[in-house]
Amino acid sequence: MIRRRPSRRFANLAIGSASVLVYVFFYVPVAVLVLFSFNQARTGGRWGGFTTEWYSALFDNDRLITAAQNSLLIAVVATAVAVVLGTMLSLAIDRRTFRGRTAAQQVVYLPVIAPEIVTGVALLAFFSLTLGRLNDLLGRGAQDALRMGRPTIIIAHVAFCTAFVALVVRSSLRTLDPSLEEAAQDLGANAWTTFWRVTLPSIMPGVLGGALLAFTLSLDNFVITFFVSGPGATTLPIEVFGQLRRTISPEVNAISTLIFGASTLLLVGALVVQSTVSRQRSQRIRPLSRQPRNRAAQARATQATHTQLEGQP
Amino acid sequence: MDQHSQRGTVSLRKVTKRFGDAVAVNAVNLEVEAGEFISLLGPSGCGKTTTLRMISGFELPTEGRVHISGRDATDTPPHLRTVNSVFQSYALFGHMTVAENVAFGLRVKRRDKPTIERKVQETLDLVQLSDFGSRFPGQLSGGQQQRVALARAVINEPDVLLLDEPLSALDLKLRQAMRYELTRLHDELAMTFVFVTHDQTEAITMSDRIAVMDQGEIHQLGTPVDIYERPATRFVAEFIGEVNMLEATVVGGDGTRTEVLLSSGDRLTCAPVGDSRLTPGVSVVLTVRPQRVLLTPEGGIDSQEHASLRGELRELLFLGDSTRGTVGLADGTELVAVRHNEDGTHPFGTLRPGDRVDVGWRHGTACLVQ
Ligand SMILES: Nc1ncnc2c1ncn2[C@@H]1O[C@H](COP(=O)(O)OP(=O)(O)OP(=O)(O)O)[C@@H](O)[C@H]1O
Ligand SMILES: [Mg+2]
Repeated sequence: MIRRRPSRRFANLAIGSASVLVYVFFYVPVAVLVLFSFNQARTGGRWGGFTTEWYSALFDNDRLITAAQNSLLIAVVATAVAVVLGTMLSLAIDRRTFRGRTAAQQVVYLPVIAPEIVTGVALLAFFSLTLGRLNDLLGRGAQDALRMGRPTIIIAHVAFCTAFVALVVRSSLRTLDPSLEEAAQDLGANAWTTFWRVTLPSIMPGVLGGALLAFTLSLDNFVITFFVSGPGATTLPIEVFGQLRRTISPEVNAISTLIFGASTLLLVGALVVQSTVSRQRSQRIRPLSRQPRNRAAQARATQATHTQLEGQP
Repeated sequence: MDQHSQRGTVSLRKVTKRFGDAVAVNAVNLEVEAGEFISLLGPSGCGKTTTLRMISGFELPTEGRVHISGRDATDTPPHLRTVNSVFQSYALFGHMTVAENVAFGLRVKRRDKPTIERKVQETLDLVQLSDFGSRFPGQLSGGQQQRVALARAVINEPDVLLLDEPLSALDLKLRQAMRYELTRLHDELAMTFVFVTHDQTEAITMSDRIAVMDQGEIHQLGTPVDIYERPATRFVAEFIGEVNMLEATVVGGDGTRTEVLLSSGDRLTCAPVGDSRLTPGVSVVLTVRPQRVLLTPEGGIDSQEHASLRGELRELLFLGDSTRGTVGLADGTELVAVRHNEDGTHPFGTLRPGDRVDVGWRHGTACLVQ
């Protein structure tokens, strides 16, 4: 026992410092980014005083603004479509029985696992082929040919976002008690009402989580987008990359800071929503064996209940 | 009978359910009367849930028909059947308050708001949860959740209420309280209850009639007293309570009495039996409850009114409220007698292990089963 103690302390230390390092590695660069977006010095690693000049310059950088609008539009549309498709897909492969169901369950995550470069190249090949055929069919020449742009980016984003939404929704479907849906039917609800009143609200945390994930992934996707974007439309990550290659522009720091702030807000919002919901619904159905045995535990449990209820009207 | 008076009846007609090759329910016939409390009792996997789910409509019978309230409901989907269920897991909607849960059935039937509100309050009163309407199910104890599940079902005034082991998730004390609660609810609502359980005490204390099931078949349908005192099959005798079982062969008899030869070599008359299948040569099992077995010194049993056997007292076991005597018969088979201890005196007098004794029982208390 005595000999073990130092090793345990060492383990704690190792785990603790590893965790700290993870945060340091992630947040120090972000902090630098934020700091430099307010840095008057245009280049180099020195601090030239505080300014918001880059933020105002941002709004004059038309290319960045257009790219940002594109990104937002694409993310919103792709997320909306992916949430609907992904949820329907999860319901289909988890709640229906059909031939090839197991296979369908296996391949649904392929876009999640496949390297983005593969997906990107594949989509590029697919779009060149179909657009070429379509142009031939419509008799369009070099002038008015259909090219890759926002629609192809949206389709590509829908493709991988759907897989991520399905991933998240399926995990919440799997923990959903199937007798809930039977209970709804038993009480007179048809399939439609059962879905809207019971199934969907029950898996809503999963659906929202999936939407959040899809939105974020779409917003900052680079590799796939790079392959399927055309001259007409770029997204923010691609535009930022392009501008950085030419000059180091502090405006890029500014817009990155804004995006980071926005995603943090989004994440905090999602966490708040989820914790409110789960606090309301906290399932206290405990198996008998886990019921508090002694008085003290019972008292604690009762107290917990009271604390929990104080928030209620 | 006209439709109206059949409201609340359930009739299963040669209902069979197969899952692939496995037969879960085998040609079951069951007539449930309006307003009765009937239990489906049997060990795990005997097909109770499957039977219940064919009444609620969640399983389609492979063969046979299901009639509810006098109408053939075999092909009616669950949401159109006039039955409601209480699920074993309660299946409460976690995202709705208690009141919303209870109102669900009336909402989907588009009843008007004042009616819904009034009935929700009435039903919550009925299950003694008047002040819990605005809570969420996750904030209730197991017993309270159970009562919400009950309220949510009975508010729809179904012809038949189906309950699948509703008490099994509760601890012993709560289970006993809920037994009483359910019986009270049944009396108040005058609704047909079909109750599934594997707990014989639950079935015996609550039911008007019990259907004892094993391996997809109903072995016996009868009142708790019938089932306990006159088990129809060896399985029923063994499943309900403690029982002595003696292997025997029919050697004679007439319409009212049957003579059997026990493996111990004793000949006994069992009366009345009146089962035409008990012809000489058939092997049977004689069953008798330990509480019905008399245990006396040799010659102490009146053989006019009693069947009696000779044996040796092997063991006496004091059990607190009763004493249990084990007697070895001539061929070594054992017979158990249990007697209540009264005001401190020994229920079997001065008998001690090793004594020669007579054991017996009043004619009519033992049953022959196959
Ligand atoms: N969906 C199903 N697919 C295949 N077999 C099933 C299915 N449902 C039930 N069975 C089988 O049918 C038989 C009866 O099952 P059922 O659930 O009716 O038993 P039960 O009497 O309710 O048991 P328990 O007391 O354990 O709940 C079992 O052997 C079970 O394995
Ligand atoms: Mg069952």
